[in-house]
Amino acid sequence: MADLTTLTLAAARDGIKAKTFSATELTQAHLKAVEQTRALNAFITETPELALKQAAASDAKLAKGEAGALEGLPLGIKDLFCTEGVRTTAASKILSNFVPQYESTITAKLLKAGAVTVGKTNLDEFAMGSSNMTSHFGAVENPWRRAGDNRPLVPGGSSGGSAAAVAARSCLGATGTDTGGSIRQPAAFCGIVGIKPTYGRCSRWGVVAFASSLDQAGPFARTVQDCAILLREMSGFDPKDSTSANIPVPDFEAALTGDIRGLKIGIPKEYRMEGMSAEIDALWQKGIAMLKDAGAEAVEVSLPHTKYALPCYYILAPAEASSNLARYDGVRFGLRAPGSSIEELYENTRAEGFGKEVRRRILIGTYVLSAGYYDAYYRKAQRVRALIAQDFETAFQKVDAILTPTAPSAAFAMGEKSDDPIAMYLNDVFTVTTNLAGLPGISVPAGLSAEGLPLGLQLIGKTFDEAGLLKIAGVLEKQVAFTATPDLGGRA
Amino acid sequence: MSLDKATVARIARLARIRVSEEEQDSLAGELNQIMTWIEQLNEVKTEGVEPMVSVGAIKLPMRDDVVSDGGYPEKVLANAPDGKDGFFTVPKVVE
Repeated sequence: MADLTTLTLAAARDGIKAKTFSATELTQAHLKAVEQTRALNAFITETPELALKQAAASDAKLAKGEAGALEGLPLGIKDLFCTEGVRTTAASKILSNFVPQYESTITAKLLKAGAVTVGKTNLDEFAMGSSNMTSHFGAVENPWRRAGDNRPLVPGGSSGGSAAAVAARSCLGATGTDTGGSIRQPAAFCGIVGIKPTYGRCSRWGVVAFASSLDQAGPFARTVQDCAILLREMSGFDPKDSTSANIPVPDFEAALTGDIRGLKIGIPKEYRMEGMSAEIDALWQKGIAMLKDAGAEAVEVSLPHTKYALPCYYILAPAEASSNLARYDGVRFGLRAPGSSIEELYENTRAEGFGKEVRRRILIGTYVLSAGYYDAYYRKAQRVRALIAQDFETAFQKVDAILTPTAPSAAFAMGEKSDDPIAMYLNDVFTVTTNLAGLPGISVPAGLSAEGLPLGLQLIGKTFDEAGLLKIAGVLEKQVAFTATPDLGGRA
Repeated sequence: MSLDKATVARIARLARIRVSEEEQDSLAGELNQIMTWIEQLNEVKTEGVEPMVSVGAIKLPMRDDVVSDGGYPEKVLANAPDGKDGFFTVPKVVE
């Protein structure tokens, strides 16, 4: 039998249904890949026994003709989704012993659809980072390397483990979360597809919170079609999330008609940043030409407040984080560091339990919310956020989607940007705007850098128009015909 | 604007995170650098702009005010660092 880990999720689904192979065989092949690529550190917790049990249950259901939409398909779960009975750490020391007594809405939906879960994937601590270097459980290595250069590269972040695991073929797809680019940037760095849906499309219930007005879950996979299949199962109204949208979920896979004739694609002039690399610019121009070839029209649009999106985000996200992370106090769950008074217990627990970047963001958040600074920083940022959302509203009166690069560079080497927090924050310059505006965005692999690393293009869609967005992404994917794969050579 | 060592100590106290003397120095430098970068927001004219507090016009849903969950103290306490007899414990807070 051919190597089952080379299949797309759609092909694996069809193969299982046609009884070409069993869910158990498919799962075993992926568990072997998890083991062989362990050096990447993509998983915090592997769950092979659980996966085999789920696969056996899938095979029993298949035999009775009761298969769900994802029956027997091995997935990775970002270790930010609470999973009943399986340790959930958010890659933080403070949650290193936390075993949820409940299942997040999204993972419950995936399990109900028949998915098999091979493990909990690594991430930046509390999803705060763009390199996966802030994890308490160690950095994740990108399966890709520069041509002729053996230095390990970052997979991006925060969902770096999910992206690396999908690129390394340890699973057919994976869940991620995206607060400022945490699905799209790692998808670009690892040469796979990742979509952040519209805010409200996927339930946040049971997902460890970072910045609640920006956090949104979504899938990673190796093709647009696979992402469409996963997104449909992850989406839907959840009364347990007060910001969940009570609107119907379309069949995203059926929306991939391949026909984008007459659609207008916006090209935002403000995304041509000062100092943009020639390589990224050329990739962007190539993408524009490809969509035009397919019958779409390119239209220049203006998003004048783009340059203020990152500083705006670095007020709002830390402010929300400082509030959300107040719950980690060493009393009800998680790490406890002793203290002689309750105050000391709190301060010792939080000093010992949170890593450097998380502490830094909590302090910034506390500062911008503190008496005397609230209006100058927090209120100001909320007003700028309104202007950024308004920019998109105006642009979307003229266009159906917007095309931009996903990230300003290809994957960088471990440690290359860690000394300078602002240089690290700039990774999200093209992605963070959609979180602020609540819009859907998808990253599609669009070519290789001169060093042989994958580069991604981002499409941004209208609110709740993931179907339209996936359709355009599917056309771009077909035109690009990206077939490169990482050489796992010595590491597999 | 300057975020000095004393300010770091004050916000660390508000955030209930112990920060040592040496760390206060390096944090003051880092946070200052970040806050200076953030100051560019002052270039944006925002008079008359309503602050955006959430995405879209989703109205917070109401539900009946009834008990819909609970009744399993053992699950609630399952992850408690020092749960005893159905309670969370903390150091003595009243002398």
